[in-house]
Amino acid sequence: MSMVEFRDVTKSFGALPVLKGINLKIDSGEVVVVVGPSGSGKSTMLRCINALEKITSGELVVDGLSVKGKPADIHRIRLEAGMVFQQFNLFPQMTALENVMFGPREVRDASVAEARTLALELLDKVGLADRANHYPSELSGGQQQRVAIARALAIRPKLMLFDEPTSALDPELRHEVLKVMQDLAQEGMTMIVVTHEIGFARHVGTRLVFMDQGVIAEDGKPAELIDNPPTPRLQDFLKHVA
Amino acid sequence: MDFDWSVVISALPDLLQGARLTVFIAALGLLGGFIVGFIAGVCRAYGPPVLNVLAQVYIELIRGTPIVVQVMFVYFALPMLANVRIDGLTAAVFAITINSGAYLAEVVRGAFLSIPKGLTEAGLAMGLPMPRVLLKIIGPLAFRRLIPPLGNQCIVSLKDTSLFIVIGVGELTRKGQEIIAGNFRAVEIWSAVAIFYLVMTGCMTVVLRLIEKRMRIL
Repeated sequence: MSMVEFRDVTKSFGALPVLKGINLKIDSGEVVVVVGPSGSGKSTMLRCINALEKITSGELVVDGLSVKGKPADIHRIRLEAGMVFQQFNLFPQMTALENVMFGPREVRDASVAEARTLALELLDKVGLADRANHYPSELSGGQQQRVAIARALAIRPKLMLFDEPTSALDPELRHEVLKVMQDLAQEGMTMIVVTHEIGFARHVGTRLVFMDQGVIAEDGKPAELIDNPPTPRLQDFLKHVA
Repeated sequence: MDFDWSVVISALPDLLQGARLTVFIAALGLLGGFIVGFIAGVCRAYGPPVLNVLAQVYIELIRGTPIVVQVMFVYFALPMLANVRIDGLTAAVFAITINSGAYLAEVVRGAFLSIPKGLTEAGLAMGLPMPRVLLKIIGPLAFRRLIPPLGNQCIVSLKDTSLFIVIGVGELTRKGQEIIAGNFRAVEIWSAVAIFYLVMTGCMTVVLRLIEKRMRIL
């Protein structure tokens, strides 16, 4: 069974169609990198997976559950899909440790001791064990995003969604976040990554999806698509992001 | 003319009694107002359309009419309409409650909506239901932003209690007026009354500063 399956999914904001019939099947263990010009619907597609956006028509099944299901189903989908945002969205009133402990405490019924152990382990994994007691405002953008990744991992998801995780970062801070993501991919985590990082797509992605004007224009092996773009549109896009 | 301190000193017990009633009305009314304002504010920000409209009507009704008219309505008109007897003190507390509630509702709404939407999404994406997101993430952040305007409203409401002179509640201003009616020492008594208000609002300011200092506004 596939982890995520889009069947003729459309999404409109009012009269504005953003997704115009998406069909996409993602299996467990895939690292799918989604690229495309801004406004092509990449982020919206990602946000439909954990029901932050409601789909307008079609069907979208995540780990066997429909995003059109009851609140309990949506709750379960969100437990299985961790999300990392462009703007990090760490809770500013909590330290890095508290941010990571929050999910297990709230939605996984973990005890304080369990949550703390897990959180310290995850902060160590993203290389920030020594920053556990810092508040987000005391961390650099790259550090904040790594805490955000740890926070998402703390609910033990089967799938990780990344919404332009490096777009708000200075170039010299991007690699530390990409490195953490690469490690995660190597551990076999199923990942869907909306990004402009073509290098990451090529070296870490197992699949590249190119979106354009609300549809999936290309879907294939990253190296092949990047080295020999089959359409002028993709050629043009790659020229602009490279 | 001479400022006669003995007049002030002999009036102190009565003024103190009035001040105590002023604090009582303001404290109880603001407590109620905060509860009403919190509910109305959250309804305005997140409620379903029906509750949203109801809250909006309440806010407009109260903000659009003077507090003196409101308390007159509660004290004189409501008993005729609903056939209930309301004593002055209850009417005063009730008036402060509904009045401050309307202003605080907008303050609460503003504070909640000023928190970046991404934090709500981060909470939802983790699997928390919306009420829990508001309670555990957005609420604590909004509360910090609420403190300065809340302080403002506390001071306004405390001073508004002086308007209840119109329904004969023996609060500070009323007490001052009664004393003057007996001794005609307007300068001494109104000075003393003003200083009483200044001390009370000054204390509130200090308390709010302390709370603000202890809680970093994020």
